[in-house]
Formats: sequence, structure tokens, C-alpha cells
Amino acid sequence: MAENQGLLHVHAFTRFARRTLRPLALMLAAAGGPALAQAPVPDTMAQRMAACIACHGREGAATNAGYFPRLAGKPAGYLYNQLLSFRDGRRFQSDMTHLVAHLSDAYLREIAEYFAGLDLPYPRVPTATDASPDTLARGRALALEGDAARGIPACVQCHGAQLTGVLPAIPGLLGLPRLYLASQMGAWLTDKRHAPAPDCMAEIGRRLSNADIHAVASWLAIQPMPADPKPAASLPAPLPMRCSAETP
Amino acid sequence: MTRAVAKPLLIALAVLALLAALAAAAVVALNLRGEAAIPDDAAPVQDATPGQVERGRYLALAGNCAGCHTARGGADYAGGVGIDTPFGTVVASNLTPDDATGIGRWSPAHFWRAMHHGRSKDGRLLYPAFPYPSYTRVTREDSDAIYAYLRTLPPVARPNDAHRLRFPYGTQAALAVWRAASFRPAPFTPDPAKPAEWNRGAYLVGGLGHCIACHGSRDGLGATEEWRGLAGGTIPGQGWYAPALNAPHEAGVADWPIDDIVALLRTGTAPRGSVTGPMAEVVYRSTQHLSDEDLRAMALFLRELPPAETASPTPPARRDAGLMARGAKIYDQQCAYCHGDQGQGAPGAYPPLAGNRAVNMATTTNLVQIVRRGGFLPATEGNPRPYGMPPFGHVLDDDEIAAVLSYIRGAWGNTGAELGRREVMQR
Repeated sequence: MAENQGLLHVHAFTRFARRTLRPLALMLAAAGGPALAQAPVPDTMAQRMAACIACHGREGAATNAGYFPRLAGKPAGYLYNQLLSFRDGRRFQSDMTHLVAHLSDAYLREIAEYFAGLDLPYPRVPTATDASPDTLARGRALALEGDAARGIPACVQCHGAQLTGVLPAIPGLLGLPRLYLASQMGAWLTDKRHAPAPDCMAEIGRRLSNADIHAVASWLAIQPMPADPKPAASLPAPLPMRCSAETP
Repeated sequence: MTRAVAKPLLIALAVLALLAALAAAAVVALNLRGEAAIPDDAAPVQDATPGQVERGRYLALAGNCAGCHTARGGADYAGGVGIDTPFGTVVASNLTPDDATGIGRWSPAHFWRAMHHGRSKDGRLLYPAFPYPSYTRVTREDSDAIYAYLRTLPPVARPNDAHRLRFPYGTQAALAVWRAASFRPAPFTPDPAKPAEWNRGAYLVGGLGHCIACHGSRDGLGATEEWRGLAGGTIPGQGWYAPALNAPHEAGVADWPIDDIVALLRTGTAPRGSVTGPMAEVVYRSTQHLSDEDLRAMALFLRELPPAETASPTPPARRDAGLMARGAKIYDQQCAYCHGDQGQGAPGAYPPLAGNRAVNMATTTNLVQIVRRGGFLPATEGNPRPYGMPPFGHVLDDDEIAAVLSYIRGAWGNTGAELGRREVMQR
């Protein structure tokens, strides 16, 4: 689990798994487990992607508790790039690298498009946080204004004015667990998460401090989803730096 | 010390020195046996025909050279993959034709010497993580074709990483002793009593395919035990067991139709089995790309392997009812959705667990790996959109994995013994 920052996160996984996945599996079994297994297996992507449910939630809708990120509705180009990165040694979550190790480009593209195409309601975003008002203010400033003196662009400059991502390949930042957000930024800081060059977030990640990461992750994790949670069609202005996400 | 004592001591020392020198000479001689000298001016050759290059590309796939010599996400054949062994990590080298870091200055004779004799261009002995105990059977013609193909790759300047081996395994002297005891260069010798197709299969399975590197057992010094054949083995450093290919209760295919064996190697799935773990990689990177003729030849050879003389396993006399009940509950919650309430599976998507020999096998490491890590079959042309299994490592703890596997191995007429936390914790 190189992308996680410590044992704490692994324990959080386990707690999450026990609380959330068990009932989910029970629900699936009750809904049509044995009966479904007798019937022919549906020749659908939903059925093929049942392997993803255990962590990412039913149909990749996830929850905002725990760690695992939501997949549903993320830009297809972003999801595809991440699947390639898990397979090709740029991202290192051990379950993911194992699952996609022997999947073809074509299938990974289809998987990305399947999850991108899901239009599911978001679970309610938590409003409670243990972050101090000062921390939240710092996180808000980083997200909306950046820190020009340290060469840190605002999140909104690339991830969309609503922070719901931008087509085709820039992910939204809302509706994600703080643990996940913080560990991804930590992975850039510690050189454990990569994208093809130019790897814009690796560059920005190296400029962040632990306090920055805590602040911006805390603020992002409690922002309500806007009325339209879909990724923006395009950016109003060019990206502030070169980024491989522009050409997925 | 008096002269009377010193003299016998000196004689004894002299005899010991002589014996040591003789042993060293024998080790050196054994390491060089069968080698023809390569002239100092042996130079790279660039006159390959397109047919030879294409043949070499194909043969490199048959040997899954990229499995070790192409790092994940790295340039093709530029090396860098670390191969874990009980003695340390051996790092695969750069095979691109870069003069400084690859094999740009190698001649076909140097390449052949590496394949057949296990010695590098600079004379160093190579570690058998590079499976030259198998590749020694590859013909000079095929070696030259692979060489010709590798020369057409874009040169990549990537210096080779040093191996990370414990003392004394990292020394050339230790390697020389190992080779003297365990390696003998030898060409493939066809069996004149067998048809050409069988011999082709034997050549591929025993040579480039280097199947025995995983499906064979190893002695205490890590050498594959050829005399045991493809009798199954634990893959060093990976926590997977490669089942016996000559045993009906493991992965033997003596009673499979040839077409099913070919299907398994071409698509990763067949009516009576599918590939997981390291074999999924073999199908994905190697066998799915082979010609129908070669796959049929391999299938014929594998089907006719002399069966191992082992008794078929008998079910345990009694089972722990409490453990079975705990396992049954977990099975119903987590597994029945796909594998069925009677372990019957679903054709084309989810393997049956009832009567599945991979479930009943004595060695349980693969089962633990599959439950913990889940997985997809390899995406191949014949099975491009495989179904998948989630990793349960976050959901089930070691005791629960032991319970559910014990249940699966005891339900529906299955014969596998139960397993405990100890087996699950072994990684």
C-alpha cells in the first residue's frame, strides 16, 4: 500500500470494510445471490465489474466514509489513465496493480468508459470535521486562490470552477474521503504516485507541505456537491502548467 | 614446535593445497565444457532477413523474454525487473542493442554462449534466474533469430542494476561451484520414436517455454530438478505454487482433449480450468501469441507426460463442525453470489468450486492468494472481457479466510483438508 501514508490508513480500511462491505455483500446475496448464480450470468459490464464493488461500492458509487474513491461519473480519460498507471507501474496500490496486471488497453478503456458513464446520486457529504477553522480557511484559500508565491496554482484553475473535474481527463475533487485525498497528495509529495510526463500534479505535490495537504484535503472533503455534479465540458482558460491530462 | 611435528603438517598442507587446486581446476573445466572459443574480433551482425527477424520476435514471445527483461511501463527489453530468489534478487539485464548498456557490441556467438552456456560476453557466469538450464536446449538457429530480432529494437541507454545477492551467492566462485554441480550445457535431443509434433512440443516446453522453472521442484541450491520433471513446485519469492503437470489431481491434462489444452494456453480459460496468478501472466505475455501448430505440439507433449506415481488424495476422516459452520456462513455472504450456493459456478464467468482440483490440491497457497487478492483472467483475444473476483483481503481476516476455504474444501463432495490460520499467514 505504498500510496497510503501509514498503518493508520490500513486500519481505517479494515474498519470501513467491516462496517460497509459486509452489509453490502449481504444485501447482494439477499437480493439475488443464489438465484442469480443459477441463472445465466448477465453479459454486461456491470456484472464484469462486480470485482470492484468490494472496495469502490456498488456500481462504483462509493461512499465518502473510509478511503476508497468513487468511480462513477469521473471523466473516462482520467479513469483510463489511472488504470494504465496501475498496470504499468506509475501507481502502486497493491490490489489495483494485481487486478489490472493482465488486462488489455481496449478492456481498460471499456472499464473506464463504463464507470464514467454511470450517473448515480452522490451520498450526502459530511459537514462535521475535526479540522480547525484556521486550517479550513487555509485549505479554502489553496483550493480557490492557490499560493502564487510558492508556485502552487489554485485547484479550481484545473479541476473546474465547481471542482467537479473537466472533460476529458481531469478528475473532480469533491465527494471524496479526506483520507483518500490526503494520501494521494502525500503520494505526490513522497514520489509514490506518477502520471506520464509532464506530470503536473507531481510538480505541485512537491511544493506542498504536510500542513497544506491536511488543510486542503479537510476543506475539500466537506464541500457539498453542486446541483450539477458532472465534470465541466472544458476549461475557461488554458492550464497554468503543462500536463499529460490534457492529451489522454 | 619440533621438526618431527612440523614435517607431517607441511605434507598435509601441501596435499590439501594440491587437492584444492585440482578441485578449482575441475570447477573451471566443468564451467567451460563444450564451449568453443569466440574470436576476439567477433562483431555484431546486421545482415538478418526480415523473415529471421520476425521469427526471432515470435521466439522471444515463446520464451517470454519480456516477462523479466521488460519492466512494468518500461521500454521493451530494456531490463530492470528484479527476480526474487531464496539467495537474493537477480536483476534482468538490458537486451536492447545499446553499445554501452545493452547488447550492442555482442556477436551472435556471444548471444548463443549466453543462451547455451550461461556465460556473458565479458566472460562472467550468469545466474540461472536467467533460465539457461532450459535455454541450453534452444538451437543455434533459433538463438540467432532472437539475436537478430533484438538488434532491431530501439537502443535504450539503461545501465544494468547490480544484483542484490547475499554472501557467498553473489560471488563468481560460488556460481562456478553451483554450475559445476548442477548445470550441463546440452542441445535438445529429439526422441526418434515419437512423432515430429511431439518433439516440437518437447522442444518448446523444455527449451524456450522453460516451464520447469515454475512447474518443477528445486534442490537446496536452487537448481531445477530435471529428473523429477514437471512435478510441481513453489515459485520462489512469489507465494504461488505451480501445480504438477503430470498429476491428474493437480494440473495434469492427460485426459483433456487437445483443443481444450490449446484453448487454455491461447485464451486463459478452458472447459475444465482457467489460469490465475503467474500463469495468467504467461498466457497474457507469451502463449496467447503462439501459432496454433506450436500450441498443439505443446498440448500433445503435455498430454503425454508420463503420469506421476502418486496416490490420489483421500478426504480427511473427520472435519471440524464448528469451523465448517463458520466457513459456510462466510461462503453464503461473500462467495455464493458468483460461485453459486452449491459451488457450481457459472460457465464462462465464474469457476465451479465443487469438484475443482485447484480447490482440493494439497498445497493451499494459491487459494489464499486468490481469496486475498482476487483477480481477472488475462484479457486475451479469445477472452477479451474477463469477469473478475474482488480482493477479500480487506473484508476477511486470516481466521475467516481459513474458515471459508476449509468449508469450500469440504463441501459438495470436495476432498481437501481443512486449513488453519498458520497456512493463511504464510506468504
